[in-house]
Amino acid sequence: MGTTISGKLVTIKVNNSVLSCQSGKTVLEACRDANIKIPTLCYDKRLEPYGGCRLCLVEVKGFSKPLSSCTTPIEEGMEIITESDELTRLRKTSLALILSNHPFDCPHCEKTGDCQLQDIAYEYGCDWEGSNGRDAQLISSTLNGEKWDLPRRDDNPFITFEPNKCILCARCTRICNHVVMAGTIDITGKGFDSLPDTAFRRPRSLENCEFCGQCVSTCPTAALTDRQGRGKGRKYQMKQVKTTCTYCGTGCNFFLNVKNNKVVKVTSDYDAPVNRGNLCIKGRYGYDFIHSKDRIQTPLIKRNGKFYEATWDEALGLVASKFRELIDKYGPGTVGGFSSSRCTNEENYLLSKFVRCAVGSNNVDNCARV
Amino acid sequence: MAGLATSLGAGASTNSLSQMADMDLLFLFGSNPNEGHPIISLWLKKGLRNGAKLIVGDPRKTWMARRADVWLNLKPGSNIAMLNGIVNVILENGWENREFIAKRTEGFEELKAKVREYDLDRVETLTGVAKENIIEAARLYSHAKKAMVVYGLGVTEHQTGTENCIAIANLALVCGHLGKPSTGIMALRGQNNVQGASDLGPLPATLPGYQSVALPEVREKFEKAWGVKIDPKPGLKSVEMLDECRRGNFKGIFILGEDPAQTDPDLHHVRGALEAVEFLVVQDILPTETTNFADVILPGASFAEKDGTFTNGERRVQRVRKAIEPLAGMADWEVICKLSTLMGYPMHYNHPSEIMDEIASLVRIYGGINYARIEKQGIQWPCPTKDHPGTTTLYTDLFSRPGGLAKFIALDHKGSGELPDKEYPYVLITGRIREHYNNGSMTGRCSGIVEIVPEELLEISAEDASALGIGHLEQVSVSSRRGEIKVKAKITDRSQPGNVFLTFHHRNALSNLLTSGFRDPITGTPEYKSCAVRIDKL
Repeated sequence: MGTTISGKLVTIKVNNSVLSCQSGKTVLEACRDANIKIPTLCYDKRLEPYGGCRLCLVEVKGFSKPLSSCTTPIEEGMEIITESDELTRLRKTSLALILSNHPFDCPHCEKTGDCQLQDIAYEYGCDWEGSNGRDAQLISSTLNGEKWDLPRRDDNPFITFEPNKCILCARCTRICNHVVMAGTIDITGKGFDSLPDTAFRRPRSLENCEFCGQCVSTCPTAALTDRQGRGKGRKYQMKQVKTTCTYCGTGCNFFLNVKNNKVVKVTSDYDAPVNRGNLCIKGRYGYDFIHSKDRIQTPLIKRNGKFYEATWDEALGLVASKFRELIDKYGPGTVGGFSSSRCTNEENYLLSKFVRCAVGSNNVDNCARV
Repeated sequence: MAGLATSLGAGASTNSLSQMADMDLLFLFGSNPNEGHPIISLWLKKGLRNGAKLIVGDPRKTWMARRADVWLNLKPGSNIAMLNGIVNVILENGWENREFIAKRTEGFEELKAKVREYDLDRVETLTGVAKENIIEAARLYSHAKKAMVVYGLGVTEHQTGTENCIAIANLALVCGHLGKPSTGIMALRGQNNVQGASDLGPLPATLPGYQSVALPEVREKFEKAWGVKIDPKPGLKSVEMLDECRRGNFKGIFILGEDPAQTDPDLHHVRGALEAVEFLVVQDILPTETTNFADVILPGASFAEKDGTFTNGERRVQRVRKAIEPLAGMADWEVICKLSTLMGYPMHYNHPSEIMDEIASLVRIYGGINYARIEKQGIQWPCPTKDHPGTTTLYTDLFSRPGGLAKFIALDHKGSGELPDKEYPYVLITGRIREHYNNGSMTGRCSGIVEIVPEELLEISAEDASALGIGHLEQVSVSSRRGEIKVKAKITDRSQPGNVFLTFHHRNALSNLLTSGFRDPITGTPEYKSCAVRIDKL
């Protein structure tokens, strides 16, 4: 959730342009603030600097080797190069290593179109054979090794785990342990068998998981995906509508992902002032009720103890005439309204106005106390 | 909220949530944010990871209590005694902030005289908290540079709820822990728009913006804007309307998106009232216990189906955006407009942004807010003018009371309305768990959530369970003087011996059949956090 920034300004030079940045930032943050692109896979601004994926390497004057920009704080007078043939070669090698153990099932992968690994591989032209003799050799000989062949895990209602697609960036385990502090998953096993998993690889349950989906939200590949949203559409086929959560009073923002007038998924809004992309189980997975078959879809009027469907005109006509009748007969002081802290400000204001103006009493209250 | 308003001026949290990351002490009181406010708990955890000390006042051994530097495991209902005791320790040791008290407060002598009656022996007896913990809490809080008190419904949902908030304000004022970044009092709001619903006037004694209906100049302003005469007499609170229904004096109620037949305490009383009222209209998105009683049910639009704003617990007004068309064709604001028009008071708006413009013209704290300004990020009120950036920290200069001074108010311990006795020997605390929400009408229809938390569980300590011969997940009956429910028992050290815990999320185990009818006389808030029950093995 952001690093502490002191007010001091530092001047640095990136690719020969001079930038004035707040001290306390990393090279990566300073560059991104200035719209200078640096590829990353293990970085998430909600997490502490890590330096795992080695894609964010930059050259810093005075250092003989490239530095990972996500773990290097800016200093006065620093001179940084973010693009060079050597950096490209290093990034390609890192990518080749990652891709050497990655299933190429992109056509039917859940994350296609919203996958950071796919985007970076595309950008760096992962079709290296032929285009660059040295990388081609790397892939065909050294990197054509063992591949994971682990089953997909759907052991809980919310989170699908496809271990074969994990790139071991540890974003999921870091967000779980450092941000949520739930301790559900950690990197288990050693060497080639390392995997982010629960203790003893037990299924996720309330005993070991909060089901906040924070791990899903940070995963750069399809290793962790929202189970309920799987197969419901590609990101680019959905409309993302930024809104505010309807549950508790924290006021988290997120995107409702809409396809064919249906909410099919919730995704993080990293610019949200309150939650900065973080969500809990209800915010991220509590949207089914919107399209519940139990939703009241039409006005209902009770006659002889049973409810009958009615049109809006019938129902509102009846309500208006009955309220008028009671006001005329017993006085406005016998009619009132309960408003809801579930509804919008505008609706609360209107209900207050309605009772005062159309009914003529001050008998209006909300359930704020309940 | 009346508590903070009385002491400080505004019934609202004093700081931004994001400031929690930089505090050096957290006093968490009557709140379990890990369950009730998970994302606020992330800010608190960030503060703790940055080195903040932690005091937790809670009868339950929550996630935070386990990690606390001091856990004040007070008896339910002993909040005032607890806080008076801490203030007394601070004053006896000279740890108070004399400059702040002198310059920015009034009423200190009365407070000082009162808290003197709360010596450590007495407070230990009343609260059950060991003396050394009270002293340590007083020392930590008073010595902190940036201390925040974060409180929840464990403070307000008592018959002394308002006074509990005042007692918290007293403590913060004694140490001068107000009016600075990462220093203040944060009230955690249970529902998405508690703050906004309070701000915008569906309250019987105030017009939108906490403007008293008794003041002629206020009425005049609204009468001019609305074109009607406004009754100077305050109306009835919701609980009073229900009381009058039972007496046959109240005839018609319009309930918008609320479920008193499940979420109010002492449900038999509420249900009797809803049966007695002559004409009941309920607008909701899903069938609830309350819609059963309605003469007319109107379909509500969910948050995904309408435009508008919510105001969160840090006073931030944020946009709600329509993602899909209203399933039943009309958003709630359109329904109110149409009904009002049919009743002879025409209301017409093209878009909710026009309603916000009207609000801004009548409510000073929202005066500078419009949809264009909050398109990207919300604004924290007070925001009186179009060029005002909003207010992250309240009271940096003056308190919003007459004279700009905060007020100390001396309080006495009263305790809960109903105490455990021989017949009903356990204290029942009700609250939430993370996975569900309130009456469960929404989360109870989320298949994944229902799969992982399918039913109500009574949280009970191992000691009590073994005394009663109850095993983990065995069926028990929980009864109070008002009702009985049957649930499974969950043995957990989250409950201390003598206390048990239920949520109110499940329609098939209505815990509010058990809760008492005691209420805070000022706000009407029911005492959900404490009533006496007995537990029998089935």
